[in-house]
Amino acid sequence: MININGLAVEPIIGLEIHVQLATRTKMWCGCKRAFGAEPNSRVCPVCLGLPGALPVMNRRAVELAVRTALALNCRTAGFTTWDRKSYYYPDLPKNYQISQYDRPLSYGGVFEFPFANRISRVRIIRAHLEEDAGKNVHDFPGCSAVDLNRAGTPLLEIVSEPELHSADQTREFAVQLHRLVRYLGVSEANMQEGQMRFEPNINLRILKDGEIYTTPIVEVKNLNSFRALHGAVACEITRQVEGWQETGVVATTGNKSNRGWDDEREATVAQREKEEAHDYRYFPDPDLVPLELDEAWVAELKEHMPELPIPRTERFISEYKVPASDAPALVDDRATADLLDQAAEFGGDKSTLAKHFLSFWARHANERGTPIADLGISSKHLAELARLQCEGTINATATAQVADQMIARVAHRFSGGGHESSSESEHPAEAKLSPRAIAEQLGVLQSRDEDQIATWVEQALASNQKAVQDAISNQKKLKAARGFLTGQVMTISGGQADPKMVGALIEEKLAEIGQSKV
Amino acid sequence: MLERDVMGKMETATTIAAHVAAGRRKAVAVCHEALGRIEDRDPRFRAFLEVTPDYARPRAARVDADLAAGKPAGPLAGVPLAIKDNICTTFGHTTCGSKILKGYVSPYNATVIDRIEAAGGVLVGKTNLDEFAMGSSNENSAYFPTRNPWNTDCVPGGSSGGSAAAVAAGLVPLALGSDTGGSIRLPAAFCGVVGMKPTYGRVSRYGLVAYGSSLDQIGTLAANVEDAALLLTVISGQDPRDSTSVDHPVPHYCEELRDAKLAGLASGLRIGVPAEYFGAGLESETRAAVEAALDVYRRLGARTVEVTLPHTPYAIATYYLVAVSECSSNLARYDGVHYGHRTAHPRNIIDLYSSSRNEGFGAEVKRRIMLGTFALSAGYHDAYYNKALKVRRLIKDDFDRAFEQCDVLAGPTSPTPAFRFGEKLDNPLAMYLADIYTIALNLAGMPGISIPCGFSETGLPIGLQLMAPVFGETVLLQAARLYERETEWYLRRPPVTS
Repeated sequence: MININGLAVEPIIGLEIHVQLATRTKMWCGCKRAFGAEPNSRVCPVCLGLPGALPVMNRRAVELAVRTALALNCRTAGFTTWDRKSYYYPDLPKNYQISQYDRPLSYGGVFEFPFANRISRVRIIRAHLEEDAGKNVHDFPGCSAVDLNRAGTPLLEIVSEPELHSADQTREFAVQLHRLVRYLGVSEANMQEGQMRFEPNINLRILKDGEIYTTPIVEVKNLNSFRALHGAVACEITRQVEGWQETGVVATTGNKSNRGWDDEREATVAQREKEEAHDYRYFPDPDLVPLELDEAWVAELKEHMPELPIPRTERFISEYKVPASDAPALVDDRATADLLDQAAEFGGDKSTLAKHFLSFWARHANERGTPIADLGISSKHLAELARLQCEGTINATATAQVADQMIARVAHRFSGGGHESSSESEHPAEAKLSPRAIAEQLGVLQSRDEDQIATWVEQALASNQKAVQDAISNQKKLKAARGFLTGQVMTISGGQADPKMVGALIEEKLAEIGQSKV
Repeated sequence: MLERDVMGKMETATTIAAHVAAGRRKAVAVCHEALGRIEDRDPRFRAFLEVTPDYARPRAARVDADLAAGKPAGPLAGVPLAIKDNICTTFGHTTCGSKILKGYVSPYNATVIDRIEAAGGVLVGKTNLDEFAMGSSNENSAYFPTRNPWNTDCVPGGSSGGSAAAVAAGLVPLALGSDTGGSIRLPAAFCGVVGMKPTYGRVSRYGLVAYGSSLDQIGTLAANVEDAALLLTVISGQDPRDSTSVDHPVPHYCEELRDAKLAGLASGLRIGVPAEYFGAGLESETRAAVEAALDVYRRLGARTVEVTLPHTPYAIATYYLVAVSECSSNLARYDGVHYGHRTAHPRNIIDLYSSSRNEGFGAEVKRRIMLGTFALSAGYHDAYYNKALKVRRLIKDDFDRAFEQCDVLAGPTSPTPAFRFGEKLDNPLAMYLADIYTIALNLAGMPGISIPCGFSETGLPIGLQLMAPVFGETVLLQAARLYERETEWYLRRPPVTS
């Protein structure tokens, strides 16, 4: 319950999500899925709905749908059917959409995600497969055009129970779902290209004088961004409270309405209502045979399910010791998260690796507009760099310098051409990327030569007698003096001395001097 | 071979293919003769919506050239064929006998077309039909009605009336039709030719313009059983483009008809006679001809068995729910937006849809679209469509039970021979009853064949219908051939007058 205009209000929000599946070809034909191609260049008799053409199911689409369903903890139907949903629209060449009506591919799931320091639990009513429509284009004076490149693209429709209660929570649900489908590799989920679209249905329970009033349900169609989704929900909550205060109209069967989102005005707007209630006249598509999902196949898909983003985030927080606020940055891109895990397997210190990923690797990735996984640095070298720093072979500044060099050499290797083979063995080009070799060339390896360090320490002590005196005679000043002396040694060594060894030797020397004074 | 040569000027497809393969005849010459016959005789019957000599002649030349180059002869080498105009071809137009597809050219060939051409067949044109295959008389063609070659005052039957008439009139030895509720068998009976509807799923529907998708099946119209078997062998088999086509072995049906295969077959054959197919409404001449045919089988040593198909009375009602429901959805795509007829001055998108459809579709098609839309609509869906599916199941169960007692079923194809033009036009129900014996088989998905079994006093052909279980094409053709071998009805041809 939230308070709006002095009323106790509980928003009730359900979400329908359409996800275009990342198949090579369309749902019912061999046309390639393509965004931005020449209009009507990715079409054939089947997706044009020409007389006599027949659909043939894309098995890969079913696999991607089942994997998503499993990740949403849905039950998969052993027997599922294809139905025709009839309505006339120019972007729908057959004037029916092949969808699934009473026997969806999957149903009865639940999706959990952290929100506001708690776990939100939203039940999934169903997730079914259908085909996308084409696009009506209104760019021409005096006429409209239809581009059917998108017609027949496989679409997964996910329907949640109305168990979300705020705009923030709805957006978080959408964000997590977006991350999930990208993680599973079932969709590129590029929002600008309309590969993931949201349709929230929103109404309110308003408590007044011990009575509960329920406002009419509004469905906001076709939202293409998290921002629009959040804005539409927030706007509806306010609008419905005000509307109810003005009119007192409550939900009845038949007064559900559709609205659109005006991005410029940042408000939902009424859509022209159809003259009559929609009757889609669903019936089983006689051109397709019912689909029986093999249990063993589903079990196999389940077994090969990757670690999902939410549990992985939790694991990264505990294993890699990263702050909760930084963890999503490591998890978001699955290949990058996989790379991090692989580097850890190569023996890189986890916490150090995570710090590298969040600092300089992230910076390089941002500069190139790619995920870290695409920087071209192998997990082995990532691990080696972390190990060098951890063992004290190079210091933090040098670590970042080595990383810069690694990136520069990768870039050189790629631009040089002819060296793109990525064989497992350490290729000469690969060897050039070795962090240890780079550190040597840069001269940033820290010295562990005890005699050399002892000489540097003696030089430092000799030229800083005051600090030596402070350290020996004044317990209060000991710490500061020791720090100062360590700094001096590092300066003399040009940063190459191993700070741990320096500390130990200074302590030893100070003790010696103290002893001789007594 | 001799008996076939008495059939007038046209040879059988089997003979043509053998001659062309052996180099005794040129496909070009065969094609030229067929085109000449069409030019001479078709104006009286108007079996063809479109004749395509410019496509056919080079194809025939290609067949000759391939043979001359030593390529193996296909089973249909040089055989001229006619195609019902609801089967998509890249040559000519594909109109479905409808104004809404006037001028429509398909960018692709139906699978059956590719298979026929790969087998050396030469396609000479597209034949007339009731609009979108909806009708039993050919009177629903938006262009003109085809006439029955036996009596031009009578209908050829429908909906594959053009294909049946083309074969009956001796224009081509073979034609393709489609059968949703009897559309091959009824015109075959009315025109005195052999018409076969295969098992649902036997032949690819890819490129067959859909009417009732769960009932539609492409089949053959031929002058004799052997030719029917020849064409069936070519067009059968699973097609990756049609999910409802079935992966079931395709025998060489012609081989199954060899005398050696037929020897001794009759004595073991059990022929089911369904009581429901001999009830009220069956004209006496037809009944007598069919009973005489049963006597022929008995004389050959076959056993006739009384069987019952108790749900037969519900077949027409069930069909006219299932077929029209599917049709209302299948024909939704003809909307004036993407192809086909578009109204001249639409006021808005709704008007574009409704005026284009109103102008483009004929009365019977509109009637069925409206019936189907109603049957699928909310609140009526359960009472009509879902109920029909349940009854369809019962009808199929009837056949399954009957086939426990027999190998094939036999009965009339139609209650009467061909009727006169206009006779049933004002009474759709009377028209629908012409299909009373053919419709149930489509609901059951089983194969059936109509073969000539006599003539009425007025000289009109009468058809004997044989039916077999799913994928029982072999026994069906064998049973048909057993009868054909004993009789000469199939050799009779309408008088040739130019």
